[in-house]
Amino acid sequence: MKGGMKFQDEFRDRDLVQNMAVNIRRMAERLPAPVNFMEVCGTHTMSIYQYGIRSLLPENVRLVSGPGCPVCVTPIGYVDKALACTADPGNIVATFGDMLRVPGSHSSLMEERAGGADIRIVYSPLDAVSLAKINPDRRVIFLGVGFETTAPTIAASILEAARLGLKNYCVLASHKTMPVPMEILTGDPDLNLKGYLCPAHVSTVIGGAAYRPLAEKYHIPCVVTGFEPADVMQGIEMLLAQALRGESRVEIQYSRAVSWEGNPKAQAILHQLFEPCDAVWRGLGVLPGSGLAIRAEYAEFDAERVLTLDVPEAVENPACLCGEVLKGKLTPFGCPLFATVCTPETPVGACMVSSEGTCAAAYKYGR
Amino acid sequence: MCLGVPMKIVSKDGDTVVAEVDGVQKEANVMLLGEEVGIGDYVIVHAGFAISKLDEEYARETIRLMREVFAEEDMA
Repeated sequence: MKGGMKFQDEFRDRDLVQNMAVNIRRMAERLPAPVNFMEVCGTHTMSIYQYGIRSLLPENVRLVSGPGCPVCVTPIGYVDKALACTADPGNIVATFGDMLRVPGSHSSLMEERAGGADIRIVYSPLDAVSLAKINPDRRVIFLGVGFETTAPTIAASILEAARLGLKNYCVLASHKTMPVPMEILTGDPDLNLKGYLCPAHVSTVIGGAAYRPLAEKYHIPCVVTGFEPADVMQGIEMLLAQALRGESRVEIQYSRAVSWEGNPKAQAILHQLFEPCDAVWRGLGVLPGSGLAIRAEYAEFDAERVLTLDVPEAVENPACLCGEVLKGKLTPFGCPLFATVCTPETPVGACMVSSEGTCAAAYKYGR
Repeated sequence: MCLGVPMKIVSKDGDTVVAEVDGVQKEANVMLLGEEVGIGDYVIVHAGFAISKLDEEYARETIRLMREVFAEEDMA
């Protein structure tokens, strides 16, 4: 296996995946009506397109893509705020790479960078702290986007900046948390969801137990599922088995990385720095308690409190249907802009930008 | 964004490890992990931090269960 990940070959074994498909088709014959399962996480969406999982499933088992790409659900108003941060030449805006081409109302970080704004792509939030350390005369603003997987890493960067006594590091936070949008979508009669493939990496932090209230309240099966093709097939098989037995439990397919309680240390750091707040999700609107705001004790690291930004009113492109795609109500192929006007080179909406975005995955693997 | 890569730890110095996948080495911070990790362990690395240690026993068990499905098909 040439230095690759241990067991990776096993989880990509074609014969194994084909056989699981046979088993799923056999199980699906016993379904009284078609079922819709939602894969919540963008990395699942990518994997499902990449390995052609849909083509292995019978017609009565449908996969619907959900709101699990952090860049995609970030509202355009946030992008505009990030763009406003670049206006002051004293600022360095540091970001993960996938925010760069997300269109704001009038521009993107990529366009601003071409125009001379100081925008740096970092791999780790700690790299942004290092930037602040070596540029004491300038302010480094990190774009804090992402779910519970990412929020602890941002929290750790603030703690590191505090430890170093840095006064020129702050975070423009737009973190979101996972189970809340799933509750909203579960109750949506148009989607008629019968099960969730729950996000894998988010769950390494929050743990499988986080989905129990959802499963119990809405009687919907939840399976925390890994990203390799055999993982996804097994997750679907487990959801089908529950559906056939009339059960609605949380199960962990991805047990090699996810426990019931999650990662308590990452949770502790997350809660030390952040508190729940209402948050705007592209396509879903304001969801109560679904975001993370920096706590008052760490106000000096909160860009919203430290900076006075001149942000114009947000203008969405009315033709962009990202919102519908993020709710699972439209596939990319149903959007008239898809692969015509909107491509990875000239994205109109965020779903075409991030590699985890449904439109980007469909463009790359699905056509 | 949520991309996490399973990598093998090849060296360790305090909270900083060097981890490897497919011959590519990267530094990662292990301060978010609640459990001890050492050289040879597999971790999921996200945004420069190890966020989870991979459990080999569970990995083997998952593969065994997947193959059981395979065996059932053979008998059918």
